[in-house]
Order: sequence, then C-alpha cells, then structure tokens
Amino acid sequence: MATPEPAAAIQPPTPPADSASTHEFPLPPILQQPSAAGPAELITQGAEGRLYRTSWLTPTRPCALKHRPSKPYRHPTLDARLTRHRILSEVRILQKCRREGVAVPALYGIDESQGVLSMEWVPGRPVRVEVNEFLRRRAEKYPHSDGGRGRDEVARDEEGAAPLVGLMRRIGEAVGKLHKAGIVHGDLTTSNMMVRPWEKDKGPVNGHHADGQAEEAEHSLEGEIVVIDFGLASQGSADEDRAVDLYVLERAFGSTHPRAEALFTVVLEAYKDTFKVAPVVLKKLEDVRMRGRKRSMLG
Amino acid sequence: MAPLYALGCEGSANKLGIGVISHDPTTNTTRILSNVRHTFNSPPGTGFLPKDTAAHHRAHFVSVAREALRAAGLTDPARELSCICYTRGPGMGAPLTSTAVAARTLAALWGLDLVGVNHCVGHIEMGRFITGAANPVVLYVSGGNTQVIAYAEQRYRIFGETLDIAVGNCIDRFARTLQIPNDPFPGYNVEQVAKKAFYTVAADRTTKTPRDPVLLDLPYAVKGMDCSFSGILGAADLQAAQMQKQDALLAAGGALKEGEQRITREDLCFTLQEVVFAMLVEITERAMAHVGSKQVLVVGGVGCNERLQEMMGLMARDRGGSVYATDERFCIDNGIMIGLAGLLAWETGFRTPFEESTCTQRFRTDEVHIKWRTD
Repeated sequence: MATPEPAAAIQPPTPPADSASTHEFPLPPILQQPSAAGPAELITQGAEGRLYRTSWLTPTRPCALKHRPSKPYRHPTLDARLTRHRILSEVRILQKCRREGVAVPALYGIDESQGVLSMEWVPGRPVRVEVNEFLRRRAEKYPHSDGGRGRDEVARDEEGAAPLVGLMRRIGEAVGKLHKAGIVHGDLTTSNMMVRPWEKDKGPVNGHHADGQAEEAEHSLEGEIVVIDFGLASQGSADEDRAVDLYVLERAFGSTHPRAEALFTVVLEAYKDTFKVAPVVLKKLEDVRMRGRKRSMLG
Repeated sequence: MAPLYALGCEGSANKLGIGVISHDPTTNTTRILSNVRHTFNSPPGTGFLPKDTAAHHRAHFVSVAREALRAAGLTDPARELSCICYTRGPGMGAPLTSTAVAARTLAALWGLDLVGVNHCVGHIEMGRFITGAANPVVLYVSGGNTQVIAYAEQRYRIFGETLDIAVGNCIDRFARTLQIPNDPFPGYNVEQVAKKAFYTVAADRTTKTPRDPVLLDLPYAVKGMDCSFSGILGAADLQAAQMQKQDALLAAGGALKEGEQRITREDLCFTLQEVVFAMLVEITERAMAHVGSKQVLVVGGVGCNERLQEMMGLMARDRGGSVYATDERFCIDNGIMIGLAGLLAWETGFRTPFEESTCTQRFRTDEVHIKWRTD
C-alpha cells in the first residue's frame, strides 16, 4: 500500500494532570467535638455519604452516623435543598419501616441542615461477608459435596446447606415485609443487609446493651436480617420497582456468591409466603429478567 | 507494518462529518489526517427535521469527502485506504440512510471493505485516544444520548442513562423556547447566555456590575443511576412563559406583584445548566464509586460545555481523580471518531458485508463486542 504524504495532523489537546490521589475527608462538625468514646471511625465511603462509627449519649452505646457532605460542584441553594430533602426522606422511610415491624436500625437523631443522620449501631456483619465465609468453610469441610454437578453449587438438600437455606428464607421474609410496608429499597444488595446475631435465648441483640460484645460473638449465618442504607429508597407500591429490587438482589447473588445462586429460589419462596401481592411482582420479575434492568430500547 | 488508513463518515444527526485517520497496529499510534464537518442549522425557534437533514447530507457529501481526502493528502484512496467506516446507528433514520448510501457507494467505487460503526463507541474511542484516559468511566452526553458507561470484559456497559429525552435535546429545545439561535450550536449559545447571569450591564451598555445569578425553581430528577429531563424541560418552559407575561406587563407600564421574582433569560439558562449538569455529575459519581474508578471522560456535544467540565472536575477532585474532556472538534459528532472505531474493529477482522450494510435508529452501546481491548 502506498503511503500518502500526510497533511499536518491536528494536535490533540493536552490531557489534564492527575490530581493528588491521597487526601483526607473533613469530618462533619458534630464529630469534630471531643468525645469520651474516642474519635469516630470511618466505616465506608460511598458516592452519596460517609458512614462513621461513634457513640450516642453514653460512651458505651455505639451508633452509626451517616454524613451527606455538601457537594462543591452543586449550586449551594440546590445542594442544601437536595441534602435536606434526601435526609428527611430517608428518616421517614426508616420510621415507617419501624412502625410496620421491618427490622431496620433505630433512628437516634437528625440534623438535616448539616446533612447528618445518626442511627442504632447494628452489630454483626453484612450478609455478603457471612455468606462468603460460610461457603468457604463449607468447601473445606465437604470438599466433594458438589454431587456430580458441573459447578460447585449448593443445593438445598445437601449436607451442611441448612443454615444457608435458613438465611435465604429470612432474607426473603425481610424483603417481603419491606415491600408490604410500601417501601422500595432501590439498592438491595447483600452488602446492604446485616446479620444481627441472636442474643442467648432472647432473640435479637440490640446495639444498646451489646456493649460491643456481639462483635466478638462467633460469626455465623444465625441471626436476624436487618436491612440498612435507605439512601436510594422510596415509598411506593409499583410492581415494576419491587421487581427491580428483587432483580438487583438476584444479580448481587449471581455476581458475588455464584455458588449460592441456585438457592435464590428459596428467597423468592419466602418472599411469596410473606407478601400477598408477590405473585404479580414475581411475574413482573420475569419481564425484568428478560430485558435486564435497563429498557432494551427496541421498538 | 505501515500504518493503516480509514475514511470515516458520520451523519447520524445534523452534522455531516468526514475524516481520515491512521492507526499503526504495531506501535499503536493514531494520527488524525483530516477532520471536515458541515452542519445543517435550522432557523431560531425550530429544530432540524429528518427529511431536511438528509437532503443536506446528500447535497454536501461529495464536497465534504473531497475536502477530507485533499486535506489528508490522499490521491489514490482505492489503494491507500483500508476501509470505509460509516455510522450504523443510533441516530435519525433519514440522515443515517443517506450517509450509509454514500459510504456504500465509495466502498463499491474503490473496492474497499465497509465497516458499520456504533456511534457511541466512536465517541468513546475518540475520547480515549485524544485524552489518553486508559479506562475511565464515560459520560456520553449529546442531543440524542445520555449514558454513563464503564468498560468490562470487552463491552462498554451502560450503568445509567436517561429515562426519556437526552440532556442535549432538553437544552436545545429550551433554546428554541427562548428563540436562541442554532448556530454554531444551541447548547453553546445557551452557555453564553448563562454566563451573562453573573453581571448586569448598565443602560449605556459600557459598564458591567457583578451579580449573583438567581437559581430558579426547577425539578431535580435522579433515580438511582438514571435520570429524566422531560419534566425539567416542561417546568423551564413554564418559567419562560411566565417571564414573557412579565415582559408584556412591564412593557405596558404595569408592575410585578409584591414579592414576585422577576425571571430573566440569563437566570433561566443558568438554572437549567446548574440543575441538569448537577444530575449528570451525580450519576457519574455514583458509577465511579460503584466500579472504583478515578478517571472520568466526558464525550458528546454537551461535553464541550465548560461549566459541565468544571463541575465534573470538582467532583473528580473530591474523589482524588481527574476529568478528561475534549474540545468541539472531537466532542461534537465528527468523521474521524467513526474512522477510528471502525479501523480498530477492521484490524480485528470485523467487516460489514455489503448486503448487511444497513443502519438502525436503535443500537445499544453494549451490543458491540469490543474485540480490540483486552484489559
């Protein structure tokens, strides 16, 4: 092939230099006060807010403090409006869940102008962590339990699968109760559900009298499911939104715990047993599965 | 191995763009040899209609193609070029068809391979090449598309998108409401009007006094990683109608009601930009947090907006990252982006057989197998 004499190429603009990749986030004003329980600990940093562990009223009562920092890119008026609106909406949803008997963290206090929300500290670990640990332990204990199936999937009648089946049932019941209360979570993943260990012979442990001891309790799949992070939640009863909630959860299982995916039917069964309108939602779920969460834009 | 050359033909909307690009597969160097564009603009207060736009593309294709070849210094395209790339979709049907017919004709004339290209993938590949951003979260914002995209396993996956109209469409249509001209493009003119909200000009037109722009009341519509613009456009149109009532009242010597906010064109444009861009930055940030990326690339016509780039920069800085953006030559629809994405696909063996060289108005970004990326 002949090489043509090229005309002067257009120079691309210079790319921006990378800004510093390490930086500290300023604490919300309430956490800048000295505290008997020591400094607050940053637990997680999401797109919307940061979660700190600190204490409430007494140094021994742990609490989760969620801070929605103001966004420098937003117009201050718009920023204040959004922060206020979202905090209040989250608070209303938490209160509604509580009234309807859905296990969620108890609300301690809010400061909507500062974008701060403090809640009960839920002891225990996220479902995601517990399930993965369970699957790992189980694989060590029963190395040949895949029963000739292609993948090492867990079936419900299998040796040692009972605790996982129980957990899946409780997840389904929790989601069913949530939807029954007229709440759609909006980001229902296994990271947004906690397994709160049962207190000895008494049912669930509360953050108040746990004094941090529950943290050291043996981790297992035993415990109550507590749904957390209602930052994207809304009040509504649209079957479509409920189906998307289930779909997001199903996908979360598929991508983070593929070996437990086969047990997702247990979640849906429990959901159906808890929630009367479930058959309609499950039918909608079929549609959502077919097209994915997004519209296909065909036709 | 000598560098390969491709001719890219873009005509999915009101821009007809043709350009020549070269790519050397052994050294992975890309060069732009020419980038010619001719835009169909309709009078203020109107939008471009598919029929008129297609007629524009048909009328100008030959002269634009000749200019692109001349500027690139190509004299014997049949031997020098590897392939002819054209936009297969998404876009407006009639303009897409007229450009596809022209591209097919060139391929048949010179005996070259045809490569049908996804318009969105073209934007992404061009943006990556120009800015050098290796694996960014991509915000693709134009008159026809609004998507937040991240790459995974040889697909550009859509994380969030508009639930109704595109953000550029919202801005363009609002420009029509205010009779803001379409030349060079409506979004640019809206941006210029919005800048005027930061000062007042005295009656003698010589002295400017700084002022704080007024953020009017517009809805904010973000749902998870998706957003919606049609309600915002409707609310902005209502505000504009209210402004015109105020104008008429004041011209007739009347006075505003006690405590009534005087609405101005400048504040309206300013508010519209602040609200819709805040929504875009928010969904982009959520996608960045989700995939754990610190780079963000803004492509598409709306990506030229300096305020959007500034807001995106502030967000990226807070996350310890940076924003990559280009200027109007590469942001706005052009031929070389189609040429680049097409040539990369051609190098992996992709061809569009003549009898399958159709175009389609609906063509999802995640339908394309990105065979040329192995990361």
